[in-house]
Amino acid sequence: MALSDQEILQGLGEIVDEIAGVPADEVTPEKSFVDDLDIDSLSMVEIAVAAQDKFGVEIPDDQLKDLKTVQDVVNYVHKNAS
Amino acid sequence: MRLPEPVAGARILAFGGYQPDNVVTNDDLAAVMDTNDEWIRSRVGIISRRIAGPEETVADMAVAAAGKAIANSGVSPSEIDLVIVATCSAEAPIPNVSAGVASRLGINAPGAYDVNAACAGFCYGLANASDAIRSGSARHVLVIGSEKMSAWVDPLDRSTGIIFADGAGAAVVGPLTDPEDAPGVVGPVVWGSAGDIADRIVIKDRTSFLFQEGQAVFRWATTALYPTALAACERAGVEPGELQAFVPHQANLRIVEALARKIGVPRDRVADDIKYAGNTSSASIPLALARMAERGELTSGGPVLLLGFGAGMCYAAQVITVP
Repeated sequence: MALSDQEILQGLGEIVDEIAGVPADEVTPEKSFVDDLDIDSLSMVEIAVAAQDKFGVEIPDDQLKDLKTVQDVVNYVHKNAS
Repeated sequence: MRLPEPVAGARILAFGGYQPDNVVTNDDLAAVMDTNDEWIRSRVGIISRRIAGPEETVADMAVAAAGKAIANSGVSPSEIDLVIVATCSAEAPIPNVSAGVASRLGINAPGAYDVNAACAGFCYGLANASDAIRSGSARHVLVIGSEKMSAWVDPLDRSTGIIFADGAGAAVVGPLTDPEDAPGVVGPVVWGSAGDIADRIVIKDRTSFLFQEGQAVFRWATTALYPTALAACERAGVEPGELQAFVPHQANLRIVEALARKIGVPRDRVADDIKYAGNTSSASIPLALARMAERGELTSGGPVLLLGFGAGMCYAAQVITVP
């Protein structure tokens, strides 16, 4: 069964909280990882790896660099989830 | 054909470490490039590093570290019959570093070769030493990791210039005659390589600086290596929870901490020598071990997990017990 955007957002919030210590309720769709959530490039890799474990969607480095906002990641996971 | 009697095992007798005098702080780097202390500490966990002088060579640092290891071991240089230098930053490919280092240490006509497995080099060299002793090819082996990474890194590149540094570490390894004799034992190695992604860390040619794809290396190091570390524990019959210390290659503090979490080693048992040494490639593991031994942080006989990894992409892990 495909995950809803809301489920992906919630899962992503848990991941960001665990890896970067940003409270999950601050992980809202319009936020930029770098500018708003103060997440650096290495933490983004950790988030991508955790997202793969959670959602089963691989986010390669060359795709990762284009995912600027929380909504970008939600869209990517949604689109690539099998 | 007469064959040598196999020896039960190999044991480390002592460590020695050497760092150049010149301390380079994060503020020093911020004065010449667009970076700052907070940024470096949060990205790589380095507070300061040591950089060799312009005339100081890989061999000079190897001699300094190995001299201490030999003195600490109680073994006479004349008893050493094999010298292995792990390095990927030698000034020139010919002659090798090891033969000259051996000569300068007063070691008479040993077997001598260099190992290039980059940041995994010390673990490869230690495995070679153990195998040589066990098979009867050598009785006492000097294993050294020595690097002058500063010679191959763009000092103004803020992605590599802040990370890499210089130094050397060494171990004297000898025969283990009584398998019940717990201190210094070298456990079985688990090693491998991923040549299909070797382009992630390269020095293209002799006029180029080191290049690495930071994110890709970070992803590889934090996801692909912990099974090797766990396999080394399994082969040695040691549970990760029993480890007295985990001494991975000091690549980046965040990689070190991520590996520790995956392997299941509490943070207070994890080497963080990178804080004041930087990433010294093959020297980082023996340098950390030498410093931990010198400070009395290790108890003789306690199991310690080593994990080397880096360019190649080569990796190796083994459990040792503290000499």
